[in-house]
Amino acid sequence: MAELNAIELEDVVKEYVTHGEVVQAVKGVTLDIAEGEFFSLLGPSGCGKTTTMRMIAGFEPPTKGLVRLHGQDVTNVPPNKRDVNMVFQSYALFPHMSVWDNVAFGLKQRRTPQEEIRRRVGEMLEIVDLTGRERRRPREMSGGQQQRVALARALVNRPRALLLDEPLGALDLKLRQAMQIELKRIQREVGITFVYVTHDQNEALTMSDRIAVMNDGLVEQLAGPREVYERPATAFVAGFIGTSNLLAGAAKGGVLEIGGGRVLVPGRDGNVTVTVRPEKIVIGTEEPGPDLSAVRGTVAEVAYLGTYNSYAVSLADKAEITVFQQNANDATVTAERGDSVWLSWQAQHSYVMES
Amino acid sequence: MRGTRLGDRLLHIYTWIIIVWLSSPIAVMILFGFNDKQSKSNTSWQGFTLRWYAELFDIPDLTVALRNSLVVAAASTVITVVIGTMLGLALGRHRFRGQGLTNFLVFAALSTPELVMGASLLSLFVSGNVPRDATTIIISHVLFSLSFVVVTVRARIVTLDPSLEEAARDLGATAWGTFRQVTLPSIMPGVLAGAMLSFALSIDDYVVTSFVNGSTVTFPLWIVGAVKTGIPPQVNVMGTLIFGVGVLIAVGNAVAARRRR
Repeated sequence: MAELNAIELEDVVKEYVTHGEVVQAVKGVTLDIAEGEFFSLLGPSGCGKTTTMRMIAGFEPPTKGLVRLHGQDVTNVPPNKRDVNMVFQSYALFPHMSVWDNVAFGLKQRRTPQEEIRRRVGEMLEIVDLTGRERRRPREMSGGQQQRVALARALVNRPRALLLDEPLGALDLKLRQAMQIELKRIQREVGITFVYVTHDQNEALTMSDRIAVMNDGLVEQLAGPREVYERPATAFVAGFIGTSNLLAGAAKGGVLEIGGGRVLVPGRDGNVTVTVRPEKIVIGTEEPGPDLSAVRGTVAEVAYLGTYNSYAVSLADKAEITVFQQNANDATVTAERGDSVWLSWQAQHSYVMES
Repeated sequence: MRGTRLGDRLLHIYTWIIIVWLSSPIAVMILFGFNDKQSKSNTSWQGFTLRWYAELFDIPDLTVALRNSLVVAAASTVITVVIGTMLGLALGRHRFRGQGLTNFLVFAALSTPELVMGASLLSLFVSGNVPRDATTIIISHVLFSLSFVVVTVRARIVTLDPSLEEAARDLGATAWGTFRQVTLPSIMPGVLAGAMLSFALSIDDYVVTSFVNGSTVTFPLWIVGAVKTGIPPQVNVMGTLIFGVGVLIAVGNAVAARRRR
């Protein structure tokens, strides 16, 4: 028997009525999230990622479509009867309860025997490294500690899946990076499916097994971090994740003539948009060979960023291209402002989309 | 430096003037509960006695009036708190048809002069053939104190993070369980403040009560009736005791608030 998916969304639509107008927050999302997966919903604010997660949790009934947990249709099941738990962006810790009572809340609702509550809450507080702080109130703790209480409160119920709504958004950069590693460790330790909502592409790339990039209520691409970065399926994905250069024009016989050079687009004719990552581009003074895509331009700006240099190069048609050059050793060829240069890259690093 | 010191001094003196001004009626009330008065009126100091405390319940009509007031205040507070909390929750949490009108009525009830409210309640009861007694007093007191509970609860609920209730649901609590374990404890300060306000408003209400009381006499009504013949010191003693309970609640609340912090 095939293994059941932890979560399945089937053509889920969510409509709201505001001021007599129907607004579609989610316009038809289909997803399968595997057991034990670290799955991210990534997108800008208003893309429908939080609404999608709230439909999985049961806070929003979908207008259309089905939500399944472990093969079971839960579309009309209220949140308290769904076997998933959520970590809220605001943590939503109960301010009038101690850390212990917060973590024990879910088990108490399920009428778990006292002895088992004591054991499981104790174990969970150990996993999130909060042993000894059981009697504290949430407001007496730091942001990072509150975050871990929220995590423990959800995980102690051993849910089928844990839903995390921008859980690191309120933390500063250092703590956020530490918590990213911490979250991965905890996920490995408990072996539970994590669904992670974020607008931070780095967070999604670092932690996820797979990412659904969302925009305007739809999933633009569903793939692993490497593929989402290296092979963006749409112009939106290319622009949202990392820095990308977009070159558009009419291709003829597999070649796009642009900026005093050519971009190889094998087998394409007509209008196309080509995406190239800045770190794939080589900057040089000699004209490259015919097996490479190459364009000519003038260096408009150079920025030294420590591990790499960033160049802004203006092409003849005013398009600007960003190039990252690793500072691997002192011998790295550097260009100055105003230099006339050739930019080249291998054909496989061009991602060609119809436009 | 000297200027600052002078300012501090003036502020100090001013503060004490205000305190004396505010507390002198209370001090007089307490003091004359110990007055060993010989004449009919209790307006000049004639010596210290604890007699009125011993004879607190020796005026049967007054005792009945006090009991009526306590029953009315307790009953109207309980009813007001239940209805007012529900109304405050609904107004603070949900969008519904008639919300604007409800908000307006809450405000209107706060700003209606008591005389107008009393008179119109009387016409309402008379035209509806409702006999006036303790029940009509309770109904009227609920009416004028309801808005205070609604306002304090609503103020509390709008500052409450809605994801707290969602978190409780998410962790398996039923709708009722969520209200009992999360919503109610969070809005409790607002509910208690509203309850104390409505009890205080009820126990010393004269104006509205005087219209709708029928033959039932409450504590304030009895006192007003006794003005011409002289107010007995037992009234001072009862007032002192009610005040004392109020002070105890206030102090207890402050201590609890400090412990919570």
